[in-house]
Amino acid sequence: MGAIRLEKVKKTFGTLDVIPGVDLEINDGEFVVFVGPSGCGKSTLLRLIAGLEDVTDGKILIDGTDVANEAPAKRGLSMVFQSYALYPHMTVYNNIAFGLKMAGESKEVINEKVQSAAKILNLTDYLERRPGALSGGQRQRVAIGRAIVRNPAAFLFDEPLSNLDAALRVNMRLEITGLHQELKTTMIYVTHDQVEAMTMADKIVVLQAGRVEQVGKPMDLYSKPANKFVAGFIGSPKMNFLGGELAAKHTCHEIGVRPEHLAVSTESGEIAATVKIAEHLGAETYLHVVADEYGPMTVRATGEVPLGEHDKIFLTPEPDRIHRFDAQGLAVAAS
Amino acid sequence: MSTRASTLTGRIMSAPSIIVLFLWMAVPLGMTIYFSFLRYNLLSPGMEEWIGTLNYEFFLTDPAFFASLTNTLLLVGSVLVITVVGGILLGLMLDQPIFGRGILRLLVIAPFFIMPTVNALVWKNLLMDPVSGMFAWLASLLGLPAIDWFTNIPLTSIIIMVSWQWLPFAVLILLTALQSLDRDQKEAAQMDGAGPVSIFFYITLPHLSRAITVVVLIETIFLLTVFAEIFVTTGGGPGLATTNIAFLVYTQALLQYDVGGASAGGIVAVILANIVAIFLIRLIGKNLDN
Repeated sequence: MGAIRLEKVKKTFGTLDVIPGVDLEINDGEFVVFVGPSGCGKSTLLRLIAGLEDVTDGKILIDGTDVANEAPAKRGLSMVFQSYALYPHMTVYNNIAFGLKMAGESKEVINEKVQSAAKILNLTDYLERRPGALSGGQRQRVAIGRAIVRNPAAFLFDEPLSNLDAALRVNMRLEITGLHQELKTTMIYVTHDQVEAMTMADKIVVLQAGRVEQVGKPMDLYSKPANKFVAGFIGSPKMNFLGGELAAKHTCHEIGVRPEHLAVSTESGEIAATVKIAEHLGAETYLHVVADEYGPMTVRATGEVPLGEHDKIFLTPEPDRIHRFDAQGLAVAAS
Repeated sequence: MSTRASTLTGRIMSAPSIIVLFLWMAVPLGMTIYFSFLRYNLLSPGMEEWIGTLNYEFFLTDPAFFASLTNTLLLVGSVLVITVVGGILLGLMLDQPIFGRGILRLLVIAPFFIMPTVNALVWKNLLMDPVSGMFAWLASLLGLPAIDWFTNIPLTSIIIMVSWQWLPFAVLILLTALQSLDRDQKEAAQMDGAGPVSIFFYITLPHLSRAITVVVLIETIFLLTVFAEIFVTTGGGPGLATTNIAFLVYTQALLQYDVGGASAGGIVAVILANIVAIFLIRLIGKNLDN
């Protein structure tokens, strides 16, 4: 079991309010991703849950028990660190076994659990090596192995993939998702990469300046962002925000249109623009354009588009994919 | 140094300093070895003659030799244990965010900048003097008899003084090593359920192994030749109680004017130092790999 509930969790460093007060409900078995720009407090929130930082105020309930003042080890959580934090002088076997050894398990139990974790993670051949002799992906797996053997109520991941190269990151992403499906344990995953958030999460928590901006399923955040911040943060390339005449037409302060929801035409359309740079990726083309009235915009067109610098084009937003925002940046429901 | 020409240039350029350094070492060593086979006493000049290994026989069969060898090993061993253990404890303390840490660090490092003779004088006259020393005063406050340090426990006194001198070095090296310990590792161990004691033995101490090796090796080199502290305080006595090899060689050469015997003693000291060095490198040198 691993249902986690945060009630008015607050954290201040000196006079600095890092987390002004967060309420959050995480169900058992859920894969929750905390996402936000760097410095938004997502890692601090994770460390508060782990017990590596003391909460200033509020409750952290794990399966109904308040653990806010418990030692980290007593909370029954496992953590995978960004730097992996493997013990460099111990073999892979001892790294994985360390938590069990501290818990006073017998040698046979330890051996059995380490071997089965190693099997799940394809580490059986590396058990006698030191972390220094492993590749980045293998170290990552050892760190996960160390987390698995303790059979925790929940796994906490602190930007675990940010030290890996792009190809490996995609692999490990799939492995972690697969692991979650296999173990069905609650996982809390911190990242600044919205692609990781979108692909892995059951539930995304978008944070900014220590506040929860929106909580929801990935596709809900994508199609119904609660405010301008979430709208701009989720989705790549970023959403275009347009004011002026077009916004007035939709009776709001500003409208947002995702680059993939703009129809491109060379003859006619709502927005006249000039292409600055065209990035041809084969399957799709990113057009960085300057609209005559609205300034720089990004357009994502499928397939190969025969456009280049200085070409004049016209853009038309898909009418039911327009997001409307008021002067405070909050989303306004369609009228 | 990629091409043959640049390698050659490099060798030619560095040759002069290497040659000078080699001569600097080889000539005194050669002369010492040569003198050690002569009867060569400054009290009877001009009577030098080849006497083979007689100097060595005299030096090695002298009861003072074994006494001073024991003293040397006791001194080196004790000071190493005190400075390494004390260095780790002080290092751990100074690594914590405690009040006045900056000044405290400065104070801990300070003894290292004091020259050994001054150090010895301070200990001898201000601290350990049985009449006017501070320890005697402290003892009198508690109603205890004053300890006559250099008469009753002379070697212990020397060990205390030398440890005080070398503790800052150990703290300096070990504190730097402690500061380079990844905080994530400690936190990971915390998550794994390790308490402060387990974290120290399983995480911190292994992390310090290389720094401890450096401290032990460097201190050993200097501790084998402790001289000023002994010369200033006890003069090797009472009897032979505080005479180490270095001091014995000194008495041979400059108190008995026996250059030949002193040279033999010097060579014996060199051989002993090498034995200790080989022993240490075998024992802990593997910590320096990787």
